[in-house]
Amino acid sequence: MLAWRNLWRNHRRTLIMLAAITVGVWAMIFMTALMRGMVDDMLLNGIRSLPGEVQIHHPEYRDDPSINNSMPAPGGALIEALQIPEVTAWTSRVRVPAVVSSERDSRGAILLGVEPDGEQRVSFDVDSIIEGRFVEDVDDRGLVIGARMAERLETKLGKRVVVMSQDPDNDIADRGFRVVGIYKAKLASLEETYIYAGRETVQKMLKLDDQVSEIAITGDDYRHVDQWYPRIRQAAGEGVDTLPWYEVDTYLGSMLAMMDGFVLVWIIIVFLALSFGLVNTLVMAVFERVREIGLMQALGMRPSTILYQILMESLLLLLIGLVLGNATAFATVIPLQDGIDISVVAEGMEMMGTSSVLYPALKLNDMIMANVIVIVLGLLTSILPAWRAASYDPIEALNKT
Amino acid sequence: MSSIVCKDLCKTFQQGDEIITGLDRVSIEIDAGDFVCLSGPSGSGKTTLLNAMGGLDTPDSGQIRVGDIKVDELGKGPLADMRLHKIGFVFQAYNLIPVLTARENVEFVMQVRGEPAHERSRRSHEILKEVGLQGMEDRRPAQLSGGQQQRVAVARAIVSEPTLVLADEPTANLDSVTAGHLMDLFVELNQHHGITFVIATHDTRVMAYAKRLIRMRDGKIISDEKQQQPLTVD
Repeated sequence: MLAWRNLWRNHRRTLIMLAAITVGVWAMIFMTALMRGMVDDMLLNGIRSLPGEVQIHHPEYRDDPSINNSMPAPGGALIEALQIPEVTAWTSRVRVPAVVSSERDSRGAILLGVEPDGEQRVSFDVDSIIEGRFVEDVDDRGLVIGARMAERLETKLGKRVVVMSQDPDNDIADRGFRVVGIYKAKLASLEETYIYAGRETVQKMLKLDDQVSEIAITGDDYRHVDQWYPRIRQAAGEGVDTLPWYEVDTYLGSMLAMMDGFVLVWIIIVFLALSFGLVNTLVMAVFERVREIGLMQALGMRPSTILYQILMESLLLLLIGLVLGNATAFATVIPLQDGIDISVVAEGMEMMGTSSVLYPALKLNDMIMANVIVIVLGLLTSILPAWRAASYDPIEALNKT
Repeated sequence: MSSIVCKDLCKTFQQGDEIITGLDRVSIEIDAGDFVCLSGPSGSGKTTLLNAMGGLDTPDSGQIRVGDIKVDELGKGPLADMRLHKIGFVFQAYNLIPVLTARENVEFVMQVRGEPAHERSRRSHEILKEVGLQGMEDRRPAQLSGGQQQRVAVARAIVSEPTLVLADEPTANLDSVTAGHLMDLFVELNQHHGITFVIATHDTRVMAYAKRLIRMRDGKIISDEKQQQPLTVD
């Protein structure tokens, strides 16, 4: 009660400090939500642009992604394991380096032999087709290419192109395809790289029988992949590599780790700015009441209880600021859940792998971290003025004017 | 039995380059239930002696015992506990906590002692009535006169039934009528509750109430006499 009353002795100072804590906490949570949203978008764009949350390969495939490092199509125990609720979709692909040639030009590409239904559930957004259609079946003989690739090859829908690669005997394997679809990807680099055909068509072209290059699996949340991928790994067996997304694409994995560190640094920087105001408020509050603190000691209050009193004042100030800061953060993030249009800087953002609409991601863990840091560091910085108050000599304090 | 025993107390203060003697080998024994006035001019050492008895100030040498507690051997925490449980203080400047009401100021000491809320409420109500402040319980210090504030301070000093009340110039800021009422209250508490009073003052009206009058000068006791007919409450 005493701590609460003391807090409101100087309304203006307390309100200014509360405003500073509120804005600081809001900035911590709001900016973190924006950064999280951006990184989530980058990661999801990365994960959903083929890799999936988990991939299964031939053990040598990552070092040498050639036709020789293929593996049998999934079956038996693995297909059963893929039925677990955490797995939302999976598909198997043939994926080989290739050269695609039109009448005008030739380009390097990655040829993907896909099973269209599974591919659409795992990664390919059929709405990204801007002309024609996507692959319709595993034995579809049409080819789907990116808009940039079409531009580079100076080809278009309905035209024929030739795709060349290598078969398992290291002989040239080639085949003519008609362009049946042109897609536009969120990331321009994908449009220039990936070309899609039916899986069986590609297997026949490469003399692969039923072999595939990879199995891609998606889950409900990329952050929870560690909870379920070991079961898939066990079912896939020792003869193949079963890897989570952050090992498949170490850049994405390290980006997430870097983001976690960055959020922590950001929160601490904002807190440091806040802490000066907090310490100043408490120091002033202590200086103004030196006599009173002396009196409390004279009346029998132990120094430790005085320390506790000052820390209580600080805690109350921090708690009110946190409640207001959290409420303000909620009030500003929730209306932006439908996304913030950042198309003005879309080209730059695209280079970073993010979309032109930014979706703030308010994560409970980030909010808890911001709140815990403010409380813990706030109390730590309050120890100095509180210690000072507790150390006063009662007579000297009582004689202060 | 002696309530307070001081033996060879010495205390000096540094003021610039000058060393000032606060207490010069002061020895004194005060009986339980006594009503003692320490008098003398400013700088005579009466407040220093009072503070030493209350454990607020540490003498350079000598021994102090309050009841069976050796005050000079206690650390900060135990000294605070002794003040909390044994001693009530009344200061010249009232020293009430401005953000608390009269009742809350009185309850403050009991709260620090950890007494339950209903007991605090009952005692504070009783004691404020006893000092004549019934109906003013919820006023803050700024809404009370000097005399009323000093009564709250007295109520705070005696609410936890201390064995000893140390008062430093309690009437200095009061008019004569209010000062008279306050001294009547002290005498009544001394007579009816058996509380030992030690009052530092140079107000002759206050001295008239003392059963024992100790005069000090330059940190020394120059006279110590029992008064034959101290003023009492009718």
